[in-house]
Amino acid sequence: MYQSKWRIFTNHTILVLGSLFMILPVWIAFASSTHTREYIFQNGLQFLPGGEFFTNYGAILFDAEATKGRVTALEMLFNSMVLGLGFAIGKVIISMMAAYAIVYFRFKLAVPLFWIIFSTLLLPLEVRIVPSYEVVANLGLLNTYTGLILPLIASATGTFFFRQFYRSVPDELLEAARLDGAGPIRFFIDILVPLSVTMIAAIFIIMFVVGWNQYLWPLLMTTDDQLYTIVIGIKQVYNSLYEGGQIPQFPKAFALTIMASVPPVLVVVIFQRMFVKGLVETEK
Amino acid sequence: MKRVQFEHSAVPYLFIAPQILIISIFFLWPAAQALYQSFLLEDAFGMSSQFVWFRNFEDVLTSSSWTRSAIFTVVFSVLVSVLSIAISLFLAVRADEVIRGAKSYKTLLMWGYAIAPPVAGLLGIMMFNPLMGDLYKAFNSFGFEFNHIENANDAAFIVILIAVWKQVSVNFIFFLSGLQGIPKSVQEAATLDCKSPERRFWTITFPLLAPTTFFLLVINLTYAFFETFGIIDVSTKGAPGGSTATLVYKVYVDGFLGADMGGSAAQSVLLMIMVSVLTVFQFRFIERKVHY
Repeated sequence: MYQSKWRIFTNHTILVLGSLFMILPVWIAFASSTHTREYIFQNGLQFLPGGEFFTNYGAILFDAEATKGRVTALEMLFNSMVLGLGFAIGKVIISMMAAYAIVYFRFKLAVPLFWIIFSTLLLPLEVRIVPSYEVVANLGLLNTYTGLILPLIASATGTFFFRQFYRSVPDELLEAARLDGAGPIRFFIDILVPLSVTMIAAIFIIMFVVGWNQYLWPLLMTTDDQLYTIVIGIKQVYNSLYEGGQIPQFPKAFALTIMASVPPVLVVVIFQRMFVKGLVETEK
Repeated sequence: MKRVQFEHSAVPYLFIAPQILIISIFFLWPAAQALYQSFLLEDAFGMSSQFVWFRNFEDVLTSSSWTRSAIFTVVFSVLVSVLSIAISLFLAVRADEVIRGAKSYKTLLMWGYAIAPPVAGLLGIMMFNPLMGDLYKAFNSFGFEFNHIENANDAAFIVILIAVWKQVSVNFIFFLSGLQGIPKSVQEAATLDCKSPERRFWTITFPLLAPTTFFLLVINLTYAFFETFGIIDVSTKGAPGGSTATLVYKVYVDGFLGADMGGSAAQSVLLMIMVSVLTVFQFRFIERKVHY
């Protein structure tokens, strides 16, 4: 296709500026996280890294004192990992199964059950946080991984992704399987699950990132530091920045934000193709 | 629905049971609770409560703080959606044209999807920290009297900027894949017909992207409504004086920090109604897509 020299030049200029717009805030945070707090306090945010990388990140990772609580960033990373993986695994399994029932069976309660599942799309967790909190408290699930993960799985986004996908699977497969005498469970495990591998991977990646980045729900239901995820830890550190009349610990707050961002960003960049495919195809 | 299906048996109930169970406990029950609570008035100590019909709703709808928050939410959502869609469409069109470095640009512009909203909030508010924020210093050295701690508009500017920054990458991914879905033959014909890239964009590309744009508009509005909670909670916390609190943030502040259960529940129910309308709207229009 014909492109003028000027057009090519502006294209690159615009894209470089766009990339800088996205990256600069994170880069500045990283560079500033590798200086002493006195230096940042006197000289402001930094564009170039300093020499305190290992001191600051080491303190955050292994010393609970640095994160202003009773847990280290390492433990928070572990909690985030549990949340991300638990959310993704739970969501994939539960929604695959529910979608299978909806698409492949004719049963009495199919229509009302479908509408119950659909209704969860209407009311995100954010609009029913207070009663959700009370229900989880009544069940004695505050400050447990179960209470953290299960209510998040209640929304039906995953079920709709798989429903769309199953509907695109040719009917002939089921006919053939039935001729060969395969029952419904056999068909699901031996044919449908292997067929869905790419789809499962894509949804898994998206859900892991969504789970890792959860904020409001963990904030409400983890009153015990031991269950803090790293995203919640950020608020904790940020809120105590100005406490105690000391020089604010900006570098360590930045170090924590960098550590909270590296795992999901890596997942998205490494599995970029799968992730983009999953995002674009499922949301249609 | 499938043409061929399995016979009636217990199997579908077994498969659908886990989801229905979780939804009943963690969704239907709390939603019913919210509805019930919205008709109750609790005394100051939460010891007793009485049924007051629609009084909580009247109180909410006539309170100036709710109205102000509603207006802010609408203005905020529209601005965030329009700005982030415009920026990412602009970037996607350019990224679709380049040949050298196309892959790198794509990666550089899409990773932001993985950043958590509160992380974005923290990064943003640090840039505007009066002690050391570069943007704060830059704005003031240009002669703006920028002060987001006291000035509501300046605070709103920061929240909008962060929310847009966070959302550009998602929109970019959708627009780029939309652009790459336009057949090469159409693009080449368009190049022959109009030389000017701007005219080509408005007469050919943009109409072809209309379904994507419309879909993204709904996605972005939902994002601005709900997912910006983390951004607001870390950056401005609704300050100054509640001027940057969206409706969702206000439910949280009133219900958890203010312990006004009835009022918070009534706000939740009002939000539920609004979201339901938005979702039904989305399904009606997206299921049969805008086509040209």
